[in-house]
Amino acid sequence: MAQTVFAPWEDPTEKPLIQFKNVTKRFGDFTAIDDLTQDIFEKEFFALLGPSGCGKTTMMRMLAGFEAQTEGQILIAGQDMARVPPNKRAVNMMFQSYALFPHLSVWDNIAFGLKREGKDKDKIAARVEEMLRLTRLSKFAKRKPHQISGGQRQRVALARSLAKAPKLLLLDEPLGALDKKLRQDTQFELMDIQEKTGTTFVIVTHDQEEAMTVASRVAVMDEGRIIQVSTPAQIYEAPNSVYVADFIGDVNIISGRARPEGDKVAVRWAEHQPDIIGTTSLPFADGQEIHFAIRPEKVAISAEEPQDAANKIAGKVLDIAYLGNISTYHVELPTGHVIKAQTANTRRLSRRQITWEDPVWISWTDTAGVLLER
Amino acid sequence: MRRFLLIAVPYLWLVALFLIPFLIVLKISLSDIALARPPYMPQLDLSAGWEGIRSFFAALDFENFRFLTTDDLYWKAYLSSLQIALISTLLTLLVGYPIAYAMARSAPEWRPTLLMLVILPFWTSFLIRVYAWMGILANEGLLNQFLLWLGVINEPLTILNTNTAVYIGIVYTYLPFMILPIYSALERMDDSLLEAAEDLGCSRMSAFWLVTIPLSKNGIIAGCFLVFIPVIGEFVIPSLLGGSGTLMIGKVLWEEFFSNRDWPVASAVAVILLLILVIPIILFQRNEQKQREAEG
Repeated sequence: MAQTVFAPWEDPTEKPLIQFKNVTKRFGDFTAIDDLTQDIFEKEFFALLGPSGCGKTTMMRMLAGFEAQTEGQILIAGQDMARVPPNKRAVNMMFQSYALFPHLSVWDNIAFGLKREGKDKDKIAARVEEMLRLTRLSKFAKRKPHQISGGQRQRVALARSLAKAPKLLLLDEPLGALDKKLRQDTQFELMDIQEKTGTTFVIVTHDQEEAMTVASRVAVMDEGRIIQVSTPAQIYEAPNSVYVADFIGDVNIISGRARPEGDKVAVRWAEHQPDIIGTTSLPFADGQEIHFAIRPEKVAISAEEPQDAANKIAGKVLDIAYLGNISTYHVELPTGHVIKAQTANTRRLSRRQITWEDPVWISWTDTAGVLLER
Repeated sequence: MRRFLLIAVPYLWLVALFLIPFLIVLKISLSDIALARPPYMPQLDLSAGWEGIRSFFAALDFENFRFLTTDDLYWKAYLSSLQIALISTLLTLLVGYPIAYAMARSAPEWRPTLLMLVILPFWTSFLIRVYAWMGILANEGLLNQFLLWLGVINEPLTILNTNTAVYIGIVYTYLPFMILPIYSALERMDDSLLEAAEDLGCSRMSAFWLVTIPLSKNGIIAGCFLVFIPVIGEFVIPSLLGGSGTLMIGKVLWEEFFSNRDWPVASAVAVILLLILVIPIILFQRNEQKQREAEG
């Protein structure tokens, strides 16, 4: 593998573009951001992911300059931003509502920021044309925002926020108003544009799929704190907590008591059931509370008892969700737990052998799941 | 048929209460003054048959309109009315815009209350409110007493029976008509537009000029017409608050009608006034229509 992987966060000599240093933001009694420290690097596509009210929008608005932190420091390119107003920052924002000026044409919307810089007319026109080409809007330059479609409006908003070539582009739920198909296309378009322009993007979203698709790193937030920051694959495969595992994708969680066994850990989770064997690098004490998390697609389901599986439990099919390309089986265990198992539908529906109320075996290897402390 | 009836009702209303009265006024303006009851000639005499109708139309002429051009009182009154209407519309805009702006920016739970306060004066008779201003602005009025007590002035200011008093009265009376359309335009405005403008390099002040003002343009135009049109023909305010120097066409019209009992000349004055008002009314309608198209 000659290609170098883009991972400035692993290079200690790399200087971060954005630094949050013990930042706290309070609105009256409500703490929106709680003692948060985080670095974001140049050319990153950084996603802030979390449920509404987790503080992700507040973080973004502090970067744009619309909110001031109560405590701590925010630095952009090494400069303390405390007293810098929004119009003096090399930061532009794409608003959730797009906030296009309804009285101006697409062209004038994109030129708005450039005109404020007092550049000469030819330069402005050249830059606007460039932006129109980049976002494939040249045909609509003369239209007013209410005369174009939602997807086009989204692209105007993007073109407008990119026109001034900001160091940092903030995107507040940029695709929230688009329908699913258009959203997926636009996600790839966004990544493409981010790569072409080399701008640092910070995106706020509550859609985990969107964050996973576009971002180089995802920060999962809850109640004003960042719970985990990592690449999408790491977040999915190695969540650091039940909260993250549960927030990203589908997961089965089984709680029990730990019993270390060499490099493995056994989880005692129910009477008269074999312990679940998992692998972890974390030290667990004997009898410590432990949560076993496993993704449905890593759980195999079979009619016969599997011979060489590290973990296998017998159960009964409670429900089947047919999703076209995959099916999710809800398997009820004798203990009352319901485990989701997913299989790809490589065969036609009529030839599948497992159906409702069937006794089945679910199984997984000893490295398929993760063991979590909290 | 039912649809036709439904449309016929407002049309009948318009014909009975606007078109017919206008035709009557027009007819009187073409008649001659007479010492009779009603005090003008000719009267339509249908009993004389076809001949009666013919002589009736033969007696109508434009003499009164010609008369209006001979005495410079009339065109001076029209011009002065236009001037007073223009200046007071501007003053109302200057006072009304900040109020509407503050209302639209206030916390949402306060807005209905503030709106109520703007409309509240309508609950009292207009005439009583103008009389109240006489009490405030008079030489021994509340304002002068207050200023004397403060020591700002040594002798009372003469405000009542001047044009200043007329302006105060007009601005006060017509303020709600200015505030309401501007408020409704500003209230609909998305706050994130201002943030977007700031984000793109505007100061607060330039964001106001480049975003807030253009987006409230239709409200401003509507408010200005709603003030300008009725103020031109205003009669009560100049006659109660204004002095002998205040020349307004509404006052002239009243005097022709009730003091001189010259109904034909008064009607001619009214017809000209109506013609003058048609221009801003058409412009106003066009603005409303353009706004509807932009929204639809």
